[in-house]
Amino acid sequence: MYYQAKKVIILIFLHTFLLSVALSCILPFVWMVNVSFKGQAEFDSDYGLKVATQLNWKNYKTVLVEEKFWRYFFNSIFYTSITVFLIVLISSLAAYSFSRLHFPGKNVIFFMFLTAMMIPLPAGFVPVYVLLNKLHLVNRTGYVLAMTNMGLSLSIYLLKTFFDQLPRDLEDAARIDGCNKLQIWWNVGLPLVAPAIAVVTIFNALNVWNEFVFASLLFTESNLMPLQVGLMEFSSKMVTQHTLIMAALTITALPIVLLYLKMQKQFVKGLTAGAIVG
Amino acid sequence: MRSSFSDQFTNFSFVFPALLIFSIFFIYPFFYTFILSFQSYDLISQPKFVGLANFREVIVGDKDWWPSVYNGAFITFWALTFQNILAFMLALGVDKVIRGNKFYRVVFFILPVLSEIIIGLLMKQLLSSEPVGRGVLNQWLHQLNLGGMACNWLGVERVRLVTALVHCWKGFGWAFVIFLAGLQTIPEQLYEAARIDGAGLWQCFRKITLPLLMPVIALILVLTILGTMQAFAMILALTGGAGGLTEVPVMRVYNHLRGNFAGLACAEGVVLGIILVAVSFTMFFISKKIKEKYGVLPS
Amino acid sequence: MVKSKIFNFTLSFCILHFAFCILSLGGCTSKKPQEKKITIWHWMSDRKDAFEVLAGKYKEQTGMDVEFKLFFPPDIYSQKVIAAARAGNLPEIFGILGEKKTVGSFVNAGHTLNLNTYMQENNSRWMKAFYPQTLEVVIFREGNSYGVSQGIYGVPIDTTVMQFVYNRSLFEKAGFPPDSPPVTFDEFLHYAKVIKEKSGVDGFVCGWGEGWLLNCLASEWAINLMGEDKFLNTIEGKVPYTDKQWIEVFSLFLKLKDAGILASNIATMTNKEAEDAFSKEKAAFSFNGSWAVNVYKQLAPQLDYAFFSLPQAGKYPLKVWGGAGSSFMVNAKSQKADGAVKFLKWLTLREQQKFLIKETNNLPAIKDCQEDFPPILKNLVNSLNVLTHPNVWPQNEDSRVIEVINRGLQKIVMGLKSPHEVASEIQEVKERISSR
Repeated sequence: MYYQAKKVIILIFLHTFLLSVALSCILPFVWMVNVSFKGQAEFDSDYGLKVATQLNWKNYKTVLVEEKFWRYFFNSIFYTSITVFLIVLISSLAAYSFSRLHFPGKNVIFFMFLTAMMIPLPAGFVPVYVLLNKLHLVNRTGYVLAMTNMGLSLSIYLLKTFFDQLPRDLEDAARIDGCNKLQIWWNVGLPLVAPAIAVVTIFNALNVWNEFVFASLLFTESNLMPLQVGLMEFSSKMVTQHTLIMAALTITALPIVLLYLKMQKQFVKGLTAGAIVG
Repeated sequence: MRSSFSDQFTNFSFVFPALLIFSIFFIYPFFYTFILSFQSYDLISQPKFVGLANFREVIVGDKDWWPSVYNGAFITFWALTFQNILAFMLALGVDKVIRGNKFYRVVFFILPVLSEIIIGLLMKQLLSSEPVGRGVLNQWLHQLNLGGMACNWLGVERVRLVTALVHCWKGFGWAFVIFLAGLQTIPEQLYEAARIDGAGLWQCFRKITLPLLMPVIALILVLTILGTMQAFAMILALTGGAGGLTEVPVMRVYNHLRGNFAGLACAEGVVLGIILVAVSFTMFFISKKIKEKYGVLPS
Repeated sequence: MVKSKIFNFTLSFCILHFAFCILSLGGCTSKKPQEKKITIWHWMSDRKDAFEVLAGKYKEQTGMDVEFKLFFPPDIYSQKVIAAARAGNLPEIFGILGEKKTVGSFVNAGHTLNLNTYMQENNSRWMKAFYPQTLEVVIFREGNSYGVSQGIYGVPIDTTVMQFVYNRSLFEKAGFPPDSPPVTFDEFLHYAKVIKEKSGVDGFVCGWGEGWLLNCLASEWAINLMGEDKFLNTIEGKVPYTDKQWIEVFSLFLKLKDAGILASNIATMTNKEAEDAFSKEKAAFSFNGSWAVNVYKQLAPQLDYAFFSLPQAGKYPLKVWGGAGSSFMVNAKSQKADGAVKFLKWLTLREQQKFLIKETNNLPAIKDCQEDFPPILKNLVNSLNVLTHPNVWPQNEDSRVIEVINRGLQKIVMGLKSPHEVASEIQEVKERISSR
């Protein structure tokens, strides 16, 4: 009996602790969404601390249509999908080769990719920016290439370890059936590593969607900018229009949150993947 | 194994696209950093070789560089202690509480998923003391009858601490998930066996959880240091540097590049990189020592 | 087997080719072949509509197509121009944001046309139309420190001056006559304090998070305290920043802080935030450019305010920070340079300048329109004769030194450093940089 009571008290204590931390995570975002439905006058009087009485979409309309935020949104989708596609394609090819095929210098090259992940390069964006400037590759192309490179090492590593764990029987069977290496990679290899590809996709998509430094340096045309830079520009332009900023923040956060709620497992794996490598 | 030339060429061609992008965007820039750091280059005129002048400027000349490293270290200190201890406690809690396990995990991990800019701008709106002495958080505190706590959150006295705490707030979910994953690899039988031997909660924690979790802890510490010392987008969005009070090293690099001092920016990057490599090596050796001490399971 | 080998080869070739394709995609971003019109790049979002109206008018009058292209914000614009200069695809007309040094680099790289002959034809009629100080900004004199050959390299289209503003209704509330703003620094402190006590608003607000606003103000006070000659001598390195009078200048900021009249977080505020605070009557005084007229009009049309000159702290004549707000340069490599110059000449005629004053509330670049000023700008007519700006000084302070000055002033205002400490830090950096 005493033991039971003690357990219940511990549980209550634990849940209060966990819940209060959880609330601190959620409340700011509830406030953010709430404010995004208010007019500036209403916000000035209640600071968004009262629940909005009606869903007023005016702010969203202003942000998306009048301030052309939809452009940033589609730019982000565009860059993210292209980059992720390139990364998955290039890294799965390379990972397959590293895992299954042989050529001189293979280990050295793979080791290079590995070291790239370990060295901290706090100013890595400086030479890349200078280089892209010299090559006149600013804006879209330069950005996509730079982002592709950023995701490459980790993706190759993840996919290679996954390939390594797979049995070779299926590939041998395919080879006997007359498939060449590329066909084997496409027909046998890729379907087998699909779970790892999902993780790689999520990890890189998140990276590109949330990336700020390169995007803010490389884009010289504001109608080509992705969301994060657009958001910074927007907030410095609209510095006192709190409700509009909140609508813009909600628009930027929403796709990620929805996707996250739908695919938590891949998100957790993707984001902790970097950690597991070490 | 067939290994004709054409075969090897085919095999290599699988790696080629990756290698090409990697050489252009990693290997070349890596060495170019060092070259640039010896040059004065404003991105318009021809680069000029200036020897060690950039490094002298960073290490002894620039009165704002070491303070910015200090600011980074300050935030890192809070991330190492507050963020990680909080994350560890939460992970212990969630590990024990089966019900609601998934709910908590989902909620805690939302923050690391969102971008630094979103977090920075959102917290700026919440914390700013506009209009004078009020602001959203302060107003809320008043409503909760905690008006005494209201203050200028981003004012001179606390902006550094508040920035560090916001950073911890964004980061704890990440540490939490890794801690939790580590905790869940510890087999339940160990605890049961210990309990049968009469060990209390504290003893279980000290003799089983802590030593088995050591590798994870060491990993998190190193990653926290590397990650936090290089953080900057959130701080840029939150305070913009607050006149040097929350300026972190990478922000200086970024601003100098923006101000067309590419050489100086590179030198700063090299200095910071060397500091980070040194710190993570030290951490690596310390964790190795600790592993040697606790590595063997207490039987 | 042979077939499969050939297939392998083809495929690997495709992969290689694919990789090259990605890299050569860059070619797609380069500019299309030039069309038969003059293109102008600018960053002035507030003048977008007015420019378009003018372009329409020009087409009507001359049949020449002119296209204004806006790139905003200014940060993005200046990156764009630098990138275009390197790629060799600048438009016919563009502006250069930044220090005179940057303009010099553009000239030296052969991007900007020397307008001497155009300016001087017909007995220098075009040249004489401008306010001399405004035009000075785009002139490189013989033997300048940037190594640029003598010439006029741009066409100013407006004049900007930095001035103090005060809120007239808050003056009235506090019992001060709304038509007589403070003249001396001590009066200024007194006014601000009284208004703060009576209305509970801040005395002074300004976007000091952006260093240049601090720099303008400090330079104006320095010239007022020590005279322009001594001020310029400091830049040349003949007078140290640790001079007694410089410390006096820095101490003015400490006095502002100690009087408790500054808005909270002023040292991290952006100009936009400061403009918003002033327009919402949250502060009695502010320091801002003449463009603020347009900004305040948009933020709060009813705001009752007026400009006034720097509160004097010394005995030397006041100089007002100002000059060409925006200037256009002509692309020397363009084949339509002649047409571009013609358009700029047209743009700086009285009629077009009057139109721009009316539409955008900016001060004109040419002398001939003073009677067309809107009432709020009438106060500024006198300032136009005492303008000063780094671009007209024989030598500019190194941008690293300026950064340290601005940082130091922010720290004084935040109460982190004393004027003496700041002065010696500045001097140390100055000496190290000039010793190179």
